[in-house]
Amino acid sequence: MLIFQRSVEGRVALGQWVDGDLDLSDLPEAGLRQTKAVLPEVSELQVVRHYTGLSQRNFGIDTHFYPLGSCTMKYNPRGVHEMAMQPQWLSRHPLSAVDDHQSFLKILFELQQYLSDITGMPGVSLTPMAGSQGEFVGVAMIKAYHDANNDTERTEMIVPTAAHGTNPASAVMCGYTVKEIPTGSDGNIDVDQLREMVGPKTAGIMLTNPSTLGIFSRRIKDVSAIIHEAGGLLYYDGANLNAILGKVRPGDMGFDVMHLNLHKTFATPHGGGGPGAGPVAVADRLKPYLPIPTVVFENEKYRWTTKNDSPDSIGRLSCFMGNAAILLRAYLYIRLLGRKGLTRVADFATLNANYIMKRLQQAGFECAFPDRRASHEFVISFKKEKKQWGVSAMDIAKRLLDYGCHAPTTYFPLSIPECFLIEPTETESKQELDHFIDALIKIRGESETDPELVKTSPHTCVVKRLDDVKAVRELNLTWKPTIND
Amino acid sequence: MPFIPHTNEELKQMLTDMGETHVAALFDEIPADLLNDRLEAIPEGVSEMRLKRLLTEQLADEKMPLCFIGAGAYEHHIPSAVWQVASRGEFLTAYTPYQAEASQGTLQLLYEYQTMMASLMGMDVSNASLYEGASALAEAILMAVRVHKGQRKRVIIPRSLHPYYWDTVKTIVSEQKIECVPCDFDPQAGVTDLGALSQLSDENLAAVVIPQPNFFGCLEPVDEMTDWAHQKNALAIACVNPMAMALLKEPGQWGSADGEIDREANTRLEIGADIACGEGQPLGVPLNSGGPYFGFLTCRQKFVRQMPGRLIGQTTDLDGCVGYTLTLQAREQHIRRSKATSNICTNQGLLVTAATIYMSLMGPVGLRQVAGVSHTQTKKLVDRLIEIDGVERVFDRPFFHECVLRLPRDVDEVLRGMSLDGIQAGLSLKDYFPELGDCLLVCVTETKTDQDLDVFVDGFCRWLG
Amino acid sequence: MFTIPTDCRYTKTHEWVRLDDDGAFTIGITDHAQELLGDVVFVELPNVDAELRAGDEAGVIESVKAASDLYAPLAGQIIAVNELLDEQPDLINQDAYGGGWIFRMKALSPDDWQDLLDASDYQQLISGED
Repeated sequence: MLIFQRSVEGRVALGQWVDGDLDLSDLPEAGLRQTKAVLPEVSELQVVRHYTGLSQRNFGIDTHFYPLGSCTMKYNPRGVHEMAMQPQWLSRHPLSAVDDHQSFLKILFELQQYLSDITGMPGVSLTPMAGSQGEFVGVAMIKAYHDANNDTERTEMIVPTAAHGTNPASAVMCGYTVKEIPTGSDGNIDVDQLREMVGPKTAGIMLTNPSTLGIFSRRIKDVSAIIHEAGGLLYYDGANLNAILGKVRPGDMGFDVMHLNLHKTFATPHGGGGPGAGPVAVADRLKPYLPIPTVVFENEKYRWTTKNDSPDSIGRLSCFMGNAAILLRAYLYIRLLGRKGLTRVADFATLNANYIMKRLQQAGFECAFPDRRASHEFVISFKKEKKQWGVSAMDIAKRLLDYGCHAPTTYFPLSIPECFLIEPTETESKQELDHFIDALIKIRGESETDPELVKTSPHTCVVKRLDDVKAVRELNLTWKPTIND
Repeated sequence: MPFIPHTNEELKQMLTDMGETHVAALFDEIPADLLNDRLEAIPEGVSEMRLKRLLTEQLADEKMPLCFIGAGAYEHHIPSAVWQVASRGEFLTAYTPYQAEASQGTLQLLYEYQTMMASLMGMDVSNASLYEGASALAEAILMAVRVHKGQRKRVIIPRSLHPYYWDTVKTIVSEQKIECVPCDFDPQAGVTDLGALSQLSDENLAAVVIPQPNFFGCLEPVDEMTDWAHQKNALAIACVNPMAMALLKEPGQWGSADGEIDREANTRLEIGADIACGEGQPLGVPLNSGGPYFGFLTCRQKFVRQMPGRLIGQTTDLDGCVGYTLTLQAREQHIRRSKATSNICTNQGLLVTAATIYMSLMGPVGLRQVAGVSHTQTKKLVDRLIEIDGVERVFDRPFFHECVLRLPRDVDEVLRGMSLDGIQAGLSLKDYFPELGDCLLVCVTETKTDQDLDVFVDGFCRWLG
Repeated sequence: MFTIPTDCRYTKTHEWVRLDDDGAFTIGITDHAQELLGDVVFVELPNVDAELRAGDEAGVIESVKAASDLYAPLAGQIIAVNELLDEQPDLINQDAYGGGWIFRMKALSPDDWQDLLDASDYQQLISGED
C-alpha cells in the first residue's frame, strides 16, 4: 500500500505543525500556488509505521550477506554513524565563517593527508560526490593538462572492454572519443595491442587494477610506460581499492590520477544507492587542476580554497563541499582501523574471495580465470548450467534470495556470458561464506532436478519475480489518484 | 582491525581448505617491488570508546550559533522521526536496488518520492534524485541539449542565479562545448532584466534557466521568462527551492496563464517549464557543512528518455501483484556505456528517504505553513532592520524568506561582532558580487522565534552603532 | 535453431537486408539478434530522408537490459520507417523478418547488396559466435 492510499483529506501530523500567523501580503497573488501538491495527509504514527514497514521489505548489509561484486558491501560501523550524527556537525552551515568551522575543516585536512598516503599521490581534492563524478573530474584534469601544454590533438581515451560503464561515459562527458581495448584470455589487457593502439592522439587510459574481472594486472608497469611514452596519462578507477588497501599504491604503479569510492573502501553507508563520495588524488603535474574547494592550513587556521588560490582549477563540482558528512564518516572509519587495521582489510577481503572461489571450483563451478588468483572479487560463469538446464545467472541470483543471500553482481563484466561477480568483503565470517557456498551448490542441484523452481524464484520474498518488460512498456513513474485508486 | 571476524583457527582452516599456508601467498601475482605497507600518515587505530571520547573533547569547544545564513542551504526543523526511520539499517545499508524483489522497501519509497516531487513541481515525472542542486542544474542543461539532439548548444543563465551554481554548471557543461550566456539583473529590482533578455541572441538556444527565488531571495518574472523561452523554441529550465514551491506557483504552471498566442508562430504557447530541478536539502536534510544533500530533477513526460539518473516504475510480479523496479535502464551508463545520457550511477537514496518521510509528515498544508512562517519571520526581521538608520533593502521586488540589505558599516565587521553574540547574521556578498560589497544576504526560517529576532535586532543596533 | 531466410542478405552486425520489387531495400534485425537482445522495449528510428553511409548508425534497439546500435548496411537514403514499432516494439521479437522490419532505404549503388553475407555465410558467422 502506498502512503497516498493512507491519506485522508484534512488530517495533519499535529506534532509537526508550526504555529504562527502568516503574513503573505507582500507576495503577489498571481505568483502563489493554486493547486494542492500530491503529498499525503497522514498522522505521525502512520508515517513511522508505513516507512518502518517499507524498510522491512529490503535486504541490507545489516540484515543479509550482500556479496555484490565491485560494490564492496562491508559492515558500516554503527559507531561511525552515531558519531557523525552529532548536532554540532549537523547544524553547521556550509557558508559559516571559518572560525566557526575549524574542527570540521581540520578533519577534512587530515583526511586529505590520509588519502594522499594511501594512494601514493601528493594532491587530493575531496569534493567529488561519487565515483562517477571523480572519474569525470579525473578525465577533465587530464584534458586540462593537455590543453595547458597546447597538446590539443589528443582526442582519444583508451578504456578496456571490461571496464565499469561509467568509464566510457565519463570520457565522453569530457569530449573524448573512447577506444576500447579487449582483455586477453588470461584476464590482462593485451599489452602488444596497446602498444599498437597508442599514438599522438592518445590522451590517456582508464584502468582498474585489480580489474573488474578480479585480477591484478601484472604488467601494469609496462602499461604505464607505454602510455607515458606516448604522451598520455593514466587514470586509476579506485572502485577496487579494497583489494590493495595498504598493499600497493596506485601512485607507485605509475598512475597520474585516480578516484576513491569512500562508500566502498571506507565503509560509509550506501543508503539505497547513495550518497557516496569520490575524492580524487593526483600526481604533482595535475595538482594545479584539482577541483575546489580543498582545505589548507595557514596562519594556524584551516580554510577552504577558492579560485584565487588555484586559478587553473577545473572548478567547482557542487554548490558547497560535496558530500561533506560522508567524508567525516570515512575519516572516522580510518581512525578506528588505523594503520595496521587498514592493511588487514586487503588481506581478509582477498582471503574471503579466494576461499569462496576455491571451494566453488572444488564443487565443479566454472571460474572465468581458474589459473589466476582472485583479488577481493572473482567471476564465475553459469554458461554450462544455462546450456544444460536452461537456468540463467539471473535465475540463480533470484534463487539465492530465497536462501537469505543478496545476489552477487550479475551480467557484469559484459564480456563473460551468464556471469556473477562475487565480492564477499573482509567483514564476513567463515560461517557466512560457507552458507553462501552451500546455497550455490544446492541451487545447482535444484537446477538439474527441478529447473522450474529456480526459474520462477524467488519464492520467499515480499513479491515474486517482477516483470521488468512491463515496467518499460507500460511506463508508470508516479501515482495518480484517479488511475490507481 | 575491529571488523574482521576470523579467529586464528578459522583462518588456518580456510587456508588449509585452499591448499595454502599463508595469506601473503594470495598476493603473489603482484610484482614484489610494488608491495608497500607503510601508511606512515595514518595514526594507530583506536577503539570506538576512545574515538568517541576524542571527538567529544574536540566538539566541546564548538559553538552552535543561531544561523541566519541561507544562500542555498536552509535550516528547517527536522522531525525526530525523519532520521530515526531513515537510519534503520535496512535503508541505511542497502545498495542500488538492482535485485528488485529484495529491495521493495527502497523502490516503493522512491516511487512515492517521484510522485511527491513531480507533483510539488507540477511536472509529469521525477527521477530518483541526483547529487545536489548545482550539479542537478548542470544535468538539466545537458538534458536540454540532448532534447535538441545536440544541435543547439547555447544556454541563457541569469546572473541572479547562485554564483556557485554558475561555477558548477560551467565546470560540468563546458567540457561538452556548451556556451553559458549570462543575462544581467535589474539593479533596482534584483531580478532578471527582461529588456536585457530580449536583446540576447536566440541563435542555437537550447534553454533558458529560471531561478525561483533567485540568489537574492527575489521572485523572478517566471511567466515572462518561460514564455520568452518557448517563443524561441528553447526549453524553460526552472531551478527552484522546493520549500518555496509549497507556497509559490509551481514550475508546471509558469507562463502566460491565458495561453497567449505566439504571433510569429501563430501557435498557443505551452504552459509550464519543461524541466524543473533544484536542491532538495530544505526537505528534511541537515545543513551538515554542505552535504550530503540531494538534487531533484523533474520534467514533462515527453522528455523522460533524455533524463539522467535512476527511474523507478510500477509493475506486477508473476502472481499479478503490484511491485516496483528500476526502469528505462537502457539510458544508463551500465548498459549504454559511452552513449549513456550521463555517467551518473548513484543517486542520493538516503537523503531522498529522509525527504520522503519529511514530506509525508508535513503534508501539503504543513509544508505550506513551514514556507509561510519562514517568510513571515523573514519579513518581520527585515521590517525591523530597515528602521535602523542607514540599513535599507537593496532590491524592490518581493522576496521569499531571504533578503539583501545594504549596511552603513563594513559588513564583515558587523558579522564578526554578531558572531561574538552567538549569531551568524547572514552572508556578506562582497566575494560574490563586487557591486554589492556593502550588502548582507539574510535568511530566516520557521526555526527562529520572535525572541531570536529581538536578539538579532539588538545585536545589529549595537554593532552598527 | 534460428530462422535465416535465403532471400535476404546479412551484415556482421546482424541486420537483414531484403531487395524489394521496387528496387529499394528493407532492413531489420535477424532472429538471432532479437533472441540475444530479449524483449525489445524501444526502437529509436532513423529520420526519413536521412542520407547515410554504409556502417553509419541508423538507430538504436533497446531491451530491458541491453541497447544495441542499428547500422545502415548500404549507403543511401532512408525512404520509410516502421512507425508501428513506436507502439509495438515487440513486433521485432514476434516477427523479425516481417512485421518487425525497421526501415527502408534507397541505395546509392544497389549492387553492393550482392557483397553482403548470404544466408549460409551468416549461418556460419553466428555458429562461430558461441
